Amino acid sequence: MKPELSFDRPDDKTLQIRLAGDWILRADVPAVGEVTEEIGAGRPVEQVAFHTSDLGRWDAGLLTFLVKVIDHCVRAGIHTDKSELPRGVQRLLALASAVPEKKGARKESARIPFLERVGDSAVRVWRSVPGMTAFVGEVFVAFLRLLTGKARFRRSDLFLTIQQCGAQALPIVSLISILVGLILAFIGAIQLRIFGAQIYVASLVGIAMVRALAAVMTGVIMSGRTGASFAAQLGTMQVNEEIDALKTLGVSPVEFLVLPRMLALFLMMPLLSLYADLMGILGGLAIGITMLDLNFMEYYNKTREAVSINDFWVGLFSAAVFGVLVALSGCMRGMQCGRSASAVGEATTSAVVTGIVSIVVATAVITVICNVLNI
Amino acid sequence: MVKAEPHIVVQELTMAYGDFVIQRDLTFTVNRSDIFIVMGGSGCGKSTLLRAMVGLQEPVKGKVMYQGVSFWDAEQKEREGIMQNFGVLYQSGALWSSMTLAENVALPLREYTDLSPDRINEVVSLKLSLVGLAGFEEYYPSELSGGMKKRAGLARAIALDPEILFFDEPSAGLDPVSARLLDNLILELRDSLGATVVIVTHELASIFAIGNNSVFLDAGTKTMIASGDPKELVAHSSDPRVRSFLTRGAEVVAAAWGIAL
Repeated sequence: MKPELSFDRPDDKTLQIRLAGDWILRADVPAVGEVTEEIGAGRPVEQVAFHTSDLGRWDAGLLTFLVKVIDHCVRAGIHTDKSELPRGVQRLLALASAVPEKKGARKESARIPFLERVGDSAVRVWRSVPGMTAFVGEVFVAFLRLLTGKARFRRSDLFLTIQQCGAQALPIVSLISILVGLILAFIGAIQLRIFGAQIYVASLVGIAMVRALAAVMTGVIMSGRTGASFAAQLGTMQVNEEIDALKTLGVSPVEFLVLPRMLALFLMMPLLSLYADLMGILGGLAIGITMLDLNFMEYYNKTREAVSINDFWVGLFSAAVFGVLVALSGCMRGMQCGRSASAVGEATTSAVVTGIVSIVVATAVITVICNVLNI
Repeated sequence: MVKAEPHIVVQELTMAYGDFVIQRDLTFTVNRSDIFIVMGGSGCGKSTLLRAMVGLQEPVKGKVMYQGVSFWDAEQKEREGIMQNFGVLYQSGALWSSMTLAENVALPLREYTDLSPDRINEVVSLKLSLVGLAGFEEYYPSELSGGMKKRAGLARAIALDPEILFFDEPSAGLDPVSARLLDNLILELRDSLGATVVIVTHELASIFAIGNNSVFLDAGTKTMIASGDPKELVAHSSDPRVRSFLTRGAEVVAAAWGIAL
C-alpha cells in the first residue's frame, strides 16, 4: 500500500497529521515540505498530533520523516504529541534523541584553496625531514650498539630475513637480470653491427651490468619485494600495538626490528648483485652467440678484458648502499605508519617510492664521485 | 508474549578445521524476538559457531535453517538473500578504516536499496543518532574510542533493518557502564525493531540481564551441555561445569579457600 499523508484540524490550535499505508524506505515516502507548508498555511498551529490507525508497515522511512517533522516543530516552538504513534516508533524516537548531537563534533568541510593546499604539502614535506633524520640517527646509534655487541635482537630473526631477502629472491633476480642482459646486447648489437664491431657487445654488457645495472635492477626488485614487505609488516605491528609492547618492555624497536632487517639486506644485496652480474652477462652471451656469431671464448675474453676490478668494486659498493637504503625506507615508513588498514597501504606505497627514488639518487651521486676520483 | 515461532533452527551441526573438531552435534532453536546467548569458556568454539551461522564458514555436517530454509544447502543466490536479513556486529567493530562513519553505514544501503543519496544520508543520520553518535558522520574509525567504534558498528549492522542481529562479544573491552548501556540498546532495538538477537558472550552480567534463551558449549566434551533460559540454568542446572561458569566459579573458589558457600 502506498504511504499517504493527509491533514486534519480537530480544533483551531492543533494540526493532526494522518499517516496511512506502508511507510517503508522502498516506498516513495512523502516529502516533509508538505507538512511544513501545511503548518505555515492557515491559522497558527500550537500543537502537532498524529493519527496512525491506518498505518501499515513502517521502518526507517517513517522514522526519518518524523525526525524531520519534529525537528521543524521544535525550531518553530510547536509542541508535538507523540502518544498516538506506534510504541516502537516512540521508543526509537526517544532513543534517537537520547544522546544530543555533540556540539562541535560535526566537522567543517570547507574547500581549501589550491595555493593553500600546495603550501600545506610543502610544509608537510619540510616537517617530515626531522623525522627522517631522527630515524636515520636512531638506526646509526643502534648500529654502533651492534658493533659493541650490546644490540638486542633475535638471531633467528636475522637468519629468517636473510633467507627471505636472499635465497628466496634468486628466481626473480635471475629472470630480470638475464632479460636486462639480453635487451642491452640486442640494442647494442643493432648499432655495433653497422661498424662491424659486434665483439664490443661483450664490453657493453659486461661494463654496464657489473658497474651499475646489476646493482640498480636488484635494488629496484628488492625495493618492490622486500622493502614493501618490511613496511607492511612493521606497519601492521604498529596497528596491532606490537611496537608499543616492545617499547614498554624497554626494548628498542629500532634495534629489535630494524637492525636485523637492515643487516640482512646489507649482507645479501652485494651477493644478489654479484649473481645478477653473472646472469646479465649470460643474457648478453646468448645474444652474442645466437645473433652475432661470436663464439664463447671470444665473448668471455672480451668481457674479462673490458671489465676492470674497479667496476666490480663500484658495483658491489653500490649494491651494499642500495641494500641499506631499501631497508631504511621500508622500515621507516613501517614505523611511521598510522593505526589503520589504509595507513598500512600508504606506508607500503611510500616505502617503495622512497626506496626507488633513493636508489636512483644514490646512483647519480656515486657516479659523480667515481668520476671525480677517476675510478 | 506472542506464541514462540522458530526463527533459526540448528540441527546436528558439526564444525571442524580439517580433522580437528571444534564442536559436534549442536541442536537448538532460536525463536523470533529471542535474545539468544551462545556461551561457554574461552576457546570452546563460540565464535566458530557464529561464523557457521552467519555464513562465513561452512560446517562439516548438519544444518542451519532460517525460517525452514537450510542455509548451507541453498544456492548462492538464495544464501545472499538470507544474508541480507542479517546484521553482524564484530568483536572490535570491523569498521572499514578508509571510510567515514557515514560511508560505513551508507555502504549496505547503497548496495542493497535504490534510495537516492539524500535519503541515504537521512537514514545514516538516523541510525547514528539511534546509537548515540549524532554528529559523528564525518569521523574516521581511527578517531573514535573502542566503545564508540562498537556503537558505530551497531549502526552499520542495523542499517538495513535486519531481522536477525548477531553480536560477537559485544561488551568485550567496554567499561561496565558502557557495557550496560550497550545491553540496553540491544534490548531497545530488539523491542522496537522486533529483531531476533544472537549474542556470543561470556559476560555474566549481560547474560542474565538480557538473555532469555541460551546454549552452553563445552570445550572438553566438544558439544553443548546445556540450553535454555540462563536464569533457569543457574538456579536448576545440575551440571557442575554450567553452575561453575554461571556463578563465576564460586564453588571452585570456595573449595580452594576452604570456606562454605
